[in-house]
Amino acid sequence: MNRPSLSWKLYIAAFYIFLFAPLLVVAIFAFNASPFPSPPWRGFTLEWFTGTGTAVGKPGVLVDPIWLDTIANSFKVAIPVALLAVLIGTVNAWVLERAEFPGKTFLSMMMLWPLVIPGVVLGISILAFFSRVANGLEEWLQTDLDFLRPGLSLVVLGQLSFILTISTLIIAARLRKFDRSLEEAAFDLGASRVRVLRTITLPFLRPALIGAGLVALLMSFENFNTTLMLVGSEAPLPITMYGQMREGASPAINAVSLLLMLGVGGIASVFALTSKAER
Amino acid sequence: MSQKPARSLTLFLLLAPAVLWLGLLIVLPHVEILVLSFSERVAPRVYAFGFGNYLEFFTEPLYWRTFARTAIMSIIVTALTLVLAFPIALYIARVAQGRLKAMLLLLCLLPFWVSELVRTLGWMILLRETGIISYTLRAIGLADQPVELLYNDGAVILGLVYGGLLFMIVPLANALESLEPSVVEAGFDLGGSRWTVLRRIVIPHAMPGIVAGSIIVFMLTVGNFATPVLLGGKNGLWFTEQIYAQFITRFNWPQGAAFGMLLLMLSSAIVWAGLRLTGQSLGTTLKQA
Repeated sequence: MNRPSLSWKLYIAAFYIFLFAPLLVVAIFAFNASPFPSPPWRGFTLEWFTGTGTAVGKPGVLVDPIWLDTIANSFKVAIPVALLAVLIGTVNAWVLERAEFPGKTFLSMMMLWPLVIPGVVLGISILAFFSRVANGLEEWLQTDLDFLRPGLSLVVLGQLSFILTISTLIIAARLRKFDRSLEEAAFDLGASRVRVLRTITLPFLRPALIGAGLVALLMSFENFNTTLMLVGSEAPLPITMYGQMREGASPAINAVSLLLMLGVGGIASVFALTSKAER
Repeated sequence: MSQKPARSLTLFLLLAPAVLWLGLLIVLPHVEILVLSFSERVAPRVYAFGFGNYLEFFTEPLYWRTFARTAIMSIIVTALTLVLAFPIALYIARVAQGRLKAMLLLLCLLPFWVSELVRTLGWMILLRETGIISYTLRAIGLADQPVELLYNDGAVILGLVYGGLLFMIVPLANALESLEPSVVEAGFDLGGSRWTVLRRIVIPHAMPGIVAGSIIVFMLTVGNFATPVLLGGKNGLWFTEQIYAQFITRFNWPQGAAFGMLLLMLSSAIVWAGLRLTGQSLGTTLKQA
């Protein structure tokens, strides 16, 4: 088995071409000076990024308010999701690794559960539940509670429902490796609990906290299924892309996709570097 | 003496976020759609308990056919993904060494950091009537008119297999990693052919990875929305689309909730059956991935 046959090697090569073909195609046709992202090649252009719309009919994505707004919406969701995922994930990791209480096995099983629920079902269940809560509270308080209606705040809650599982697992895995004698030594030397946490435990957890935050940021940015059910009038990036892709093709979507790939590549390499530093 | 109440207060505070998260975002919402799925409209704005939404599912052919189609296509996609991924995982785990191995695995991971929509867009540009494959076929004279490769089952399966590959390769490669080379050699020394060694030694050893990968790919495929809708067009007919249509387009939430429960049951049943068949637990399976 150590000498792979030629056909096996060819298969591997073909597989990697298959894997990258769609991404390459998306990137290349972001620069085609044609109103459609399809061959033939009509020359290189940056109009789809920075153009004013005179040459290709639509403004480039970096100046088009539709795309700029949708990217801003994605950040409005992703940043709170990432911050809350790290904060609550750390507390959860602590519960899983340090606390002892009856029902702990059950709780840790429950924390895994969101991963096996289809995203669409998570979306509709949260939509239905919060609508009921909003109806009840509005009647009682006699005011509008828009943040419980479809919109960016509900998207944040929907994405958190499963991203919290991921961030909890990442941080708990790191906490498990922690050598508790380090904390004990600090206590023996007279440090307070807060000080031990701040100077010993949290610095140890730092790579996992950054990693969990970046993964949460990425997952939030790219989530489609759950977001689709909870979105209101302000759409994050994947929702707008989906809408435009259904209407018909325009290389503007390719340009946005290329920017997204570059952003994701950047985040992924930071993540790879921090996880390497962890080892 | 004051240690104990202080300790339970700390525990309470530490548990609060987890309980709020699981309670408000998972358990109660699922109770809500379960209750909703059993409510029928008896008059405008008046609802009563009943099985009507589930009856509607079984009596309207479009609904149960879409459901069955989604389940069957997902099984096909899972099987195809397994077959395509196995040689790659075997190569990464057993043949490639050092930097090549790390690079091959990294190259597998890269496309999956990119949004599903971007990957689907790539396939649309390749497959559509005015797309690259059609254009190339005409340019080299294999076709004399544009060929539409999009909006059929093949395109849907292709897109879904593509989306599932990584989630199959990683658990497979992890499982194959621990296979002792001496065991494989012993198999050959005892006169086993390549095929026998693969079937009797390599595949049984990879079983935990096969199960983990298959479960994850099936779950992701059944719950997918964008790939079948965009690559299949009107012929996509995926069950998640029916849920979306009931909830968002037709505003028939009880019906949509019943569909959601059915999808959840399908997905859970397959996960449960897969774990049961091989005697693994959910925790270890998710760790494989």
